[in-house]
Amino acid sequence: MSSFIAITFIAVAVLFILGIKLMGSPKTARLGNLIAAAGMLIALIATLPLLSHGDFPGSHGWTMNYTLMVVGIVIGLVIGAIGAYSVKMTAMPQMVALFNGVGGGAAALVASLEFLKRVSSPEGITAFFAITMLFATLIGSLSFSGSIIAFLKLQGHLEKPRTFPGQNIFNGLILAVILGLCAYLTGWGASTPLFVTMFVLALVFGVAMVMPIGGADMPVVISLLNSFTGLAVAADGFTISNISMIVAGTLVGSSGTLLTLLMCRAMNRPVTNVLFGAFGSTTSGGGAAGTDASGRTVKPIQADEAAILLGYAQQVVIVPGYGMAVAQAQHQVRELSDELGKRGVEVRFAIHPVAGRMPGHMNVLLAEANVPYDQLCEMEAINPTMDRVDVCLVIGANDVVNPAAREDKSSPIYGMPIIEADRAKTVIVMKRSMAAGFAGIENLLFYKDNTRMLFGDAKASLQTLIAQLKAS
Amino acid sequence: MSAEILTFFIFVLSVFLGFELISKVPSMLHTPLMSGTNAIHGIILLGGMLVLANAENFLAVGLGFIAVIFGSANVFGGFMVTDRMLQMFKKKKK
Repeated sequence: MSSFIAITFIAVAVLFILGIKLMGSPKTARLGNLIAAAGMLIALIATLPLLSHGDFPGSHGWTMNYTLMVVGIVIGLVIGAIGAYSVKMTAMPQMVALFNGVGGGAAALVASLEFLKRVSSPEGITAFFAITMLFATLIGSLSFSGSIIAFLKLQGHLEKPRTFPGQNIFNGLILAVILGLCAYLTGWGASTPLFVTMFVLALVFGVAMVMPIGGADMPVVISLLNSFTGLAVAADGFTISNISMIVAGTLVGSSGTLLTLLMCRAMNRPVTNVLFGAFGSTTSGGGAAGTDASGRTVKPIQADEAAILLGYAQQVVIVPGYGMAVAQAQHQVRELSDELGKRGVEVRFAIHPVAGRMPGHMNVLLAEANVPYDQLCEMEAINPTMDRVDVCLVIGANDVVNPAAREDKSSPIYGMPIIEADRAKTVIVMKRSMAAGFAGIENLLFYKDNTRMLFGDAKASLQTLIAQLKAS
Repeated sequence: MSAEILTFFIFVLSVFLGFELISKVPSMLHTPLMSGTNAIHGIILLGGMLVLANAENFLAVGLGFIAVIFGSANVFGGFMVTDRMLQMFKKKKK
């Protein structure tokens, strides 16, 4: 590698670091993404001279491989562009899962090809390269298959956790076989059939790992798989000695791991519990009735009364949740907030770190509806002011406002930080029915004295509310 | 110091840098950030191009071709979808 290209790759690494850094603030986030993209473009161009050991397009002229390369890049570009621009805002998490999956697949293929090439070469494979190639293949392929399952779960297929007795033992056995194969391939001899077996088992393991996890935990899983893919790419970087792949992959690997831990902390659950707990399988049945087994009742409210409560409030806090995303109601939420704003009501949005299907899911949706981001408050900022709030409007959120997290020691979510909606003077909960939330836990908030339930589709209810406010 | 040790050194520094970079991010930006880092590991496209360029048999060319398609979808789709998310973060027009 000439030193000019080497220096170019250092510049690329700097651009990636700057990009991630700028993505940490709302004002500079878009610029940060563009800077990282610019770094990627430079890296791609700087790679061209490396393709055939120095002279492009190669000493034996333009071969079939180069044609395929251009065709492949164009196909990927078209698929990526169609995916990125056609996806609905609510389906963004699935799209990220898919892009992550194909990245993992590519990482596994690159490592496999290097392995297959070196296994037949006279020099053989050193232990160091065996480890990097096996690691990239294992992690990349499980990230590929795991991401596909995560995508399907978020699309609404396979949403419930799939469990069977002895599942953790079964998964542990697969993993043990995979690790055994890796150890054998490293220490005793590289063999193509064993390598292919390992590849296939890694794919199976990705499926088996994600299958028992409930749809509500998919954000954590996608974040984890994202960091896995980063590490696989870094390992590939070691294998083909490309510094920018090592730096970029490692940055993604470590930042993704931290992001995963932050998400788990927001749910007050250790990451092991998410991955092996099969949480959410403890579903309690929730009917459409207003009474639960112990005879507690909920108090329904009609839209006109709710409109009056909102219109004459001084402070309103809106807590959005996945229900808002499903009903595509973010534009109506913004309209309601504007309408209240015109009447001098102070409106704020309380965003729980894990509301929706990904951290920041609600922010993205509300931003799409042009809600200014300075109106969005984090949980820690809103909770101390909750006592002064006149009306707290909960739109399709459930577990993140469940006071059981504070009051019921036997609840699976006990100890999870929540938005303390129940401390507002009046709580209006918009909900389709009395069905339990995604985690399958009953919500004590619905039975509180200051809680009123506004049943119906969130979008339709909001439209009625807005019409009532405009008429009065 | 040998080249391997030097690369390993870079790897260790990158691990710490990754932790430091993300620890100061507000949760509202977590999804765009996840999506942005997802695009950055699309640099695997380079690896795909390198192995495809040097592929010598039918199997290797086929698998390398798939790797290039995958990597390309990861990198282009990743940056585009992140940009689409981020262009919505703007202040209220007054």
